Amino acid sequence: MTEATTTRSMPADVVADLPTEWQLGGRKFRSRLIIGSGKYDSPETMVRCLEASGADVITVAVRRVKLDASDETSLLHYLDPDKVLILPNTAGCYSADEAVRVARLGRAAGLSDFIKLEVIGDERTLYPDVEGLVAATRTLVEEGFTVLPYTNDDVVIARRLEEAGAAAVMPLASPIGSGLGVTNPLNIQFILDAVSVPVIVDAGVGTASDAAVAMELGVDGILMNTAIAKADDPVLMATAMRHAVEAGRLAFEAGRMVRRRWASASSPTEGRVGD
Amino acid sequence: MSNPTVAKEKVEIVVNGETRLVADGATVEMFLIDHKIDPDTVVVEANGVILRRDLFGTTTLSAGDTLEVVHFVGGG
Repeated sequence: MTEATTTRSMPADVVADLPTEWQLGGRKFRSRLIIGSGKYDSPETMVRCLEASGADVITVAVRRVKLDASDETSLLHYLDPDKVLILPNTAGCYSADEAVRVARLGRAAGLSDFIKLEVIGDERTLYPDVEGLVAATRTLVEEGFTVLPYTNDDVVIARRLEEAGAAAVMPLASPIGSGLGVTNPLNIQFILDAVSVPVIVDAGVGTASDAAVAMELGVDGILMNTAIAKADDPVLMATAMRHAVEAGRLAFEAGRMVRRRWASASSPTEGRVGD
Repeated sequence: MSNPTVAKEKVEIVVNGETRLVADGATVEMFLIDHKIDPDTVVVEANGVILRRDLFGTTTLSAGDTLEVVHFVGGG
């Protein structure tokens, strides 16, 4: 008997189906993972994580230049706008007016009209001020922005944001930087059922299984930062997240089996030896 | 009439919340270069209005002006 030498590989048609393109704000993206650029030990690690994650979009913050720090480098030195969409955020803004101002500054960099809109209402939880969020969304949409608002997992607010012209709604899975995972999957499902714009889980994912859980709910994408940046090995976690987001999406598209209480044998119950 | 060989009068402006002395009539671009800031990587708001980058070289500063000079940093 000779040893089989055939190599096992996935059939070509399955491979071709793997990354499904999706649309956000009129642009096409391959990866459903969006990463943040904050909290990294160095810009070099951030860049390696971006590559490992496969993300097509990366968020950045808008901050004052330090006037007496000549060695301070803009993040633009490390990111290629032709390869990745650089998405400015309005993090740290506590009113609609502040957020609108920062959004305008971010757009003036001349990269795109996309803005990740944050209007924070509470310092400890970093929960959004949803009144300010809806107001700022309306203003920025009127000014031609593609608005991606970070919001709470409230279906009513999600609908208001869609009505205000948001290009997506981005509910939190749990508080920003908490790593607690999807604490209320039911609320995410309510939002998925209620709006027709993309739903992107933004904040709270802690590890790969959290990302898979979120994607299996049917969300269009996930935005995460701390889970990668603060892993022991950020590049390895970025890789894990890429696989988790893809696996979760595929599982959603595949449609999971029905849950049942009692066991159901996988092997035939007839023809057992000795019957 | 201004004479470029004579040091101009210094005036106070506010940049990113800090008071700074600049030569009266200096341009935004001159201010940035003096502070080793690459004009191509920043956005400038002058007296509350965003200044187009192609106007950095022709927009002059005078006493009491307020600038915000911002750029992109890591964030989520």
